[in-house]
Amino acid sequence: MKDFEIFGNKDTRSGFGEGLAELGRTNKDVVALCADLTGSLKMDEFLKENPERFFQMGIAEANMMSVAAGMTIGGKIPFTGTFANFSTGRVYDQIRQSIAYSQKNVKICASHAGLTLGEDGATHQILEDIGMMKMLPNMTVIVPADFNQTKQATLAIAKHNGPVYLRFGRPVMPIFVPADADFVIGKADVLTEGTDVTIIACGHLVWKSIEAAKILSEKGVSVELINMHTIKPLDVQAILKSVQKTKCVVTAEEHMMNGGLGDSVAQVLAQNFLAPQEYVAVNDSFGESGTPMELMTKYGIDTQNVVDAALKVIARK
Amino acid sequence: MEKVELERVASQVRRDIVRMVAGVNSGHPGGSLGCADFLTFLYFDVMKHNPKNFTMDGIGEDLFFLSNGHISPVWYSVLARSGYFPVADLGTFRKLSSKLQGHPSTDKKLPGIRMASGSLGQGLSVAIGAAQVKKMNKDASFVYCLHGDGELQEGQIWEAAMYAAANNVDNVIATIDYNGRQIDGDVEDVLSLGNLHDKWQAFGWSVLEMDGHNFNDMNNVMQKAQSLCGNGRPVVIIMKTEMGQGVDFMVGSHKWHGVAPNPEQLANALSQLEETLGDY
Repeated sequence: MKDFEIFGNKDTRSGFGEGLAELGRTNKDVVALCADLTGSLKMDEFLKENPERFFQMGIAEANMMSVAAGMTIGGKIPFTGTFANFSTGRVYDQIRQSIAYSQKNVKICASHAGLTLGEDGATHQILEDIGMMKMLPNMTVIVPADFNQTKQATLAIAKHNGPVYLRFGRPVMPIFVPADADFVIGKADVLTEGTDVTIIACGHLVWKSIEAAKILSEKGVSVELINMHTIKPLDVQAILKSVQKTKCVVTAEEHMMNGGLGDSVAQVLAQNFLAPQEYVAVNDSFGESGTPMELMTKYGIDTQNVVDAALKVIARK
Repeated sequence: MEKVELERVASQVRRDIVRMVAGVNSGHPGGSLGCADFLTFLYFDVMKHNPKNFTMDGIGEDLFFLSNGHISPVWYSVLARSGYFPVADLGTFRKLSSKLQGHPSTDKKLPGIRMASGSLGQGLSVAIGAAQVKKMNKDASFVYCLHGDGELQEGQIWEAAMYAAANNVDNVIATIDYNGRQIDGDVEDVLSLGNLHDKWQAFGWSVLEMDGHNFNDMNNVMQKAQSLCGNGRPVVIIMKTEMGQGVDFMVGSHKWHGVAPNPEQLANALSQLEETLGDY
């Protein structure tokens, strides 16, 4: 297996912050709304450089979503920022009616997603958001893998006309996507080619899967690893092309097993090409307090879980 | 427009409402009839708008958002009678593949509609967002929105009220259809709004009151509302109406909130409403 060059270590939310700041300089139609989490979302730089285009909404997320929808009328491109929990579950009806159904050009930018929010515990660790968002017609759902890709995705969604859910997080993780990589919404990145097993991952689980692929490689297993940064629209061709070759698949995500990336992949396989699949995901459970890495281990979404799932699914072929 | 002309339009709008609702045996006639005078007044006498060339962005135009989307029949009728789309389309209300969905939507591209509504409590926030963009765009037009009184039980309304006052969104004129009725009965009994005037005032809004069935009063109050804009405070008009206004067996009762008249009741209702502009 090829070695991945590591370009440093950063959190994905900082990639969003840098992307948003760049948009502030390059796209005068971009406006930003934040529900009292400017620092946590890394929106400070945009605020500093564009105070007239930054809207402090206070702790009132429902109002924020509908105000953002209203701001599209007259040509603005609103980016909302708060934690993933408050970006989705708390405001689902506002998103459903005023953004998705009304086809408004709002970018819902959600940080601190999943277990890796860490010590704050289950009240804030949303693991259902991908499912909720991908079920909405008209919604694009993007879960970038690292700092560079989150910045690239932030820039890309400003050029895409329509509602987008952009999910990122808090922990500092290795950067492996080159800074000058192309980000195309809906086009998966094949990180390594292989023949024994396909691993399809998103978000922080892409790095975990890179680590897993190295371990598997040392065991003589040839892994094809796909970074599925766009959950919807899903790159069906990339999935089929790979699984038709490897004949089995592992999906890996920091999300509930129900309704996440894995279910989207399973739907493609059930309709097109039957192959055994193993899920690396949280199994119908809320999280708890702990460090991000402790939680990933305890809830079964760590490197070793990807390795075990790959060996298991290969045995099922 | 002269008061007598507005009355003639409103009479036709009321005929449209009861015919639309009876035609599919579903829909919400009570609140629609109650707001027929106001929406006629707004679209035929107040707003600067361009029915023949509808654009989503509405640059340079006044905007209107219906937050209590269930009274879609009155809005559809007023939009059609204003020239946004053919009046014949009113006959498709709530039918399969129609642009005139049960509650207003944008997905089928009905001219005049900029936001879906139906799930209550969202339209004030939407109007405020659109109003802030008008300010950013140096567009001096107004943004109007209409809300049910029962709708004010939704918490988001008060998030929006707080936000607009805190941010001096003083180009929005919200109107409350204060008919005192909701599905389960009188608002006072279901969940009292308390002193509504004082509530809005405490939230930092300029508060006006108006008779939603008196064109002279509406004219005076709306002029006052417009004159209050630009002073740093958003404006709300508490508009007294009667649910079911114009049809004697519907007026003043919550029972016609979401019930269609049968053919006999329809004939009775139509006998009370003059056909002034021609039925669709």
